[in-house]
Amino acid sequence: MVSLVAAPVNLDHPGRYLHWGVIQISVANLVVIAVMVVVFVLAVLLPFPRGRRRP
Amino acid sequence: MTGQVEDSFGGGGWTGALRRRAVAVLPPEQLLPDRQPAYVSSWIYVFGVLTVAAFGWVLVSGAWLALAGAAWWHSSTVGHFVNSLHLWSVELFFFFMVIHLWGKFFMAAWRGRRALTWITGVVAFVASIGTAFTGYLVQQNFDSQWIATQAKDGLNSVGVGAWFNVLNTGQMLLWHVLLLPLVVGVLVVLHVLLVRSRGVVPPLDAPATGDPATEVSS
Repeated sequence: MVSLVAAPVNLDHPGRYLHWGVIQISVANLVVIAVMVVVFVLAVLLPFPRGRRRP
Repeated sequence: MTGQVEDSFGGGGWTGALRRRAVAVLPPEQLLPDRQPAYVSSWIYVFGVLTVAAFGWVLVSGAWLALAGAAWWHSSTVGHFVNSLHLWSVELFFFFMVIHLWGKFFMAAWRGRRALTWITGVVAFVASIGTAFTGYLVQQNFDSQWIATQAKDGLNSVGVGAWFNVLNTGQMLLWHVLLLPLVVGVLVVLHVLLVRSRGVVPPLDAPATGDPATEVSS
């Protein structure tokens, strides 16, 4: 049961960080930002289901 | 009938005047429309309402935590679940709000007398960040202690530490559960009313609105 509800990624360790000059960001935050960009692009490109047209 | 007579003569006291003003600014068919311009049929237009939906979950889970007490989630599995519900609804709130912000930025959503709509959205975003930060301070664990001791120096350096003391858990709890949610809530209501009043911003290359052929049911 525990394995069913466990996080898909092992979170039981200190966060991992990326360093690039003065920029420092956690991998978790970078992943969230990347997912937001992907969702934004999909929202712009994917067709929306057509609604009912009024006569 | 009496009301119509009073309205036509401008009577009804201050309540009547307020009602006439409210109906003039935001007629019922504009407040709760049943049709929208065709250009609203796009996924990018759903992120505003998704943000409001996530905000609803934030308020419900936050109220539940407030009723049970700030330390409840440390000793109860149900409390831990509700605390996680609060955290993840906040994550979704910001996730949707940032995509909503990007979408509105790239379609220049302040066009057509919508500057105040844009401004209330930006201020609500900033107030939400402040509300989230105070949430980190009231977790009652080492994480909140660490964040508070780091934040106090920055706040003292800009001279607000005497009024906004992040080391004072009681003060931060009240900011988090009362004052800041009130600010965000009022701004969100104003933002939505302004969207209803001015209408949903069209894409940059959209035809003029008002043509029934270009409208679809909501």
